[in-house]
Amino acid sequence: MIGYSTKLKDHFINPRNVGVLPDATVVGEVGSLSSGQAMKLYLKLDGDEIVTHATFQVFGSPSSIAAASALTEMVKGRKIDDVARITSKDISEYLGGLPPERMHTCVLAMEALEVAYARLRGIDLESELDEDEEFHVCRCYSVPEHKIERAIRDHNLTDIQGITHYTKAGGGCTSCHADLKAILARVHAEKPAEEKKPAAAPSGNKPAFSNLELAHKIQEVLDREIRPGLAMDGGDMELVDIRDNKVFVQLHGHCNSCSASQATMKFFVQDRLREMVDPNLEVIDTTDHGAELHAPPMR
Amino acid sequence: MTDQPIYFDNNSTTFPAPEAVEAALSAISEHWGNPSSTHSFGQKARHALERAREGVARMLNCTPAELVFNSGATEGNNTALYSALEALPDRKHIITTRVEHSSVLEVVRYLAESGYRVTELSVDRLGHIDLDELRNEISGDTALVSLMWANNETGVLNPVAAAGDIAKQFGALLHVDAAQAAGKLPIDLTEHAAIDYLTISGHKFHALKGCGALFVRRGAGCTALLRGGHHESGRRAGTENALGIVAMGAAARMVSAKLDEYAVHMRAMRDRLQTGLLNTIDDVVINGDQHERLPNTINAGFKYIDGEALLMMMDAEGISVSAGSACKSGSMEPSHVLLAMNVPLSAIHGSVRFCTSRYTTTDEVDTLVQKTAKIVKRLREMSPFGKDHKPAGLTAEQIAAHKAYFARASG
Repeated sequence: MIGYSTKLKDHFINPRNVGVLPDATVVGEVGSLSSGQAMKLYLKLDGDEIVTHATFQVFGSPSSIAAASALTEMVKGRKIDDVARITSKDISEYLGGLPPERMHTCVLAMEALEVAYARLRGIDLESELDEDEEFHVCRCYSVPEHKIERAIRDHNLTDIQGITHYTKAGGGCTSCHADLKAILARVHAEKPAEEKKPAAAPSGNKPAFSNLELAHKIQEVLDREIRPGLAMDGGDMELVDIRDNKVFVQLHGHCNSCSASQATMKFFVQDRLREMVDPNLEVIDTTDHGAELHAPPMR
Repeated sequence: MTDQPIYFDNNSTTFPAPEAVEAALSAISEHWGNPSSTHSFGQKARHALERAREGVARMLNCTPAELVFNSGATEGNNTALYSALEALPDRKHIITTRVEHSSVLEVVRYLAESGYRVTELSVDRLGHIDLDELRNEISGDTALVSLMWANNETGVLNPVAAAGDIAKQFGALLHVDAAQAAGKLPIDLTEHAAIDYLTISGHKFHALKGCGALFVRRGAGCTALLRGGHHESGRRAGTENALGIVAMGAAARMVSAKLDEYAVHMRAMRDRLQTGLLNTIDDVVINGDQHERLPNTINAGFKYIDGEALLMMMDAEGISVSAGSACKSGSMEPSHVLLAMNVPLSAIHGSVRFCTSRYTTTDEVDTLVQKTAKIVKRLREMSPFGKDHKPAGLTAEQIAAHKAYFARASG
């Protein structure tokens, strides 16, 4: 199985949590026979809205089976509001990274989760349009326009191949390629307004690193020792600044919303940096944990 | 039941026959001279090479001088197309089919950009071209008709003789890609006088990869793609791939002697497999014509599951098959052959190709049936779709078309 990680192969050959969950609290269903992939995600929640059990059914390629299996493992034991923040990238990282042309399988799993969450919260999704052929840009794989637009925004796609990798659109008869180009141009034209605001440094502006060499060493330790571990749980850590032996970092993804882990995380990172780089370093977490908690969980 | 790894991907490549391997070894250890050299080392190699040429000529019933050894079917197809166009320089029209191998389709599509007019004949649901469409499209401007003898994905056969008659009426040259036919069907180039160019590849009939041959009928032009030597009578420069060639010669002799026996065996294994699959698994369709078909090929669509998932789970159990065509299995594109046949996408997704060889055993077939049934069942249990499921995202018309398709295909 070329290009697949050991973890992905394991989740494909021995998928976890397969089947119908008869007493599911909520079910998310996406995809279709004609699009070549479909998934049903069953979630059971307890009174505190913690996911106590999750199962899936899937029709699709080995990576879509693995992505669905991975997702059911990722959501268990966590609050549904946290779970709803899981992205396709998180699922891919959990599986050790997917080849780009298979990313659409993680998008499928994320969408199943979104539908389940929207149902739970009574949010209307655009998915009703999904079934109406009139709105399909790619008729081979029944892909509606809003899905393509969103993939371009979420994954910063710049060409048709990228769109095919994340949505399958354009992978069949290719007659929609002109439409895809037009959508690319349109989304990119409106993009600057939505640019993510830069991470706030402690003083407001983000000055250049005071010591490039130190920054480089710290980044190396983060990249090698810290970030891969966080990525397994769908999180990430960004180095924001270094001043007078103070290392300012920001947590992203699930690490951000998981309050229990914040303190542990900080000391773990500090220990590693003191050991590997400089014993006088102090780690300061600048993440605004309140802000993202109240942000809408659906992207 | 066998626990050994089993191989059902014989249209991709075949097990090298011990006879072919033995011949190749002799070219390495004994006849290793340069066939172009005049000394005794060279002449021994030359002799082995020409003996191999006779072997291949006997398999195809042509003269040895009409064969150009090359690197395989891709080179053969490229050479044939360019040769025909150069032979008839005033004609600017090429006719081929939508289900050809990419080594024909991509070349003609490239030529279309440089001024040639290209017609790709359509195929029907069973994979057949329409000879009337050929009659309508062909004209005095047509330089070449290029079609495959047998399709690599479905095994469906083309009416080579009838297409050849039509081509001759208009003075067009005929190229036949016989990469899949050689070693599975009798090929008699004396009988098929309309064929001007014919491509074969050694590793498709139990010789080695990297060696094939192009038949160029006496009088038809041959343009060298590779220049820089007098090898192959100036038709293909470069020191000959001697071990590949002698292996192909040995494999061709076996085909000439025993093709009937091989074909009967391949067919018996294939039919046992097809019956086994249809009897043990529900909702299976056979893609393509089941009668006008190679004796070794089954293209089966398993509804409600994904072919790649099936393929990978079978691989984990030691069984090698392929989904769509092998060149495509790394990419996510649906098979262009099944698309051209208008097989619904929902069935293309679950389509897998099984190909037997003269070495296939009943034990392997029975193991394959059993394991396929087990894996299909497992994947279907995992699938949100099933017999009674109303497929989401399909319109009522699509569902009706879908049902009608399967009703016809299984009838």
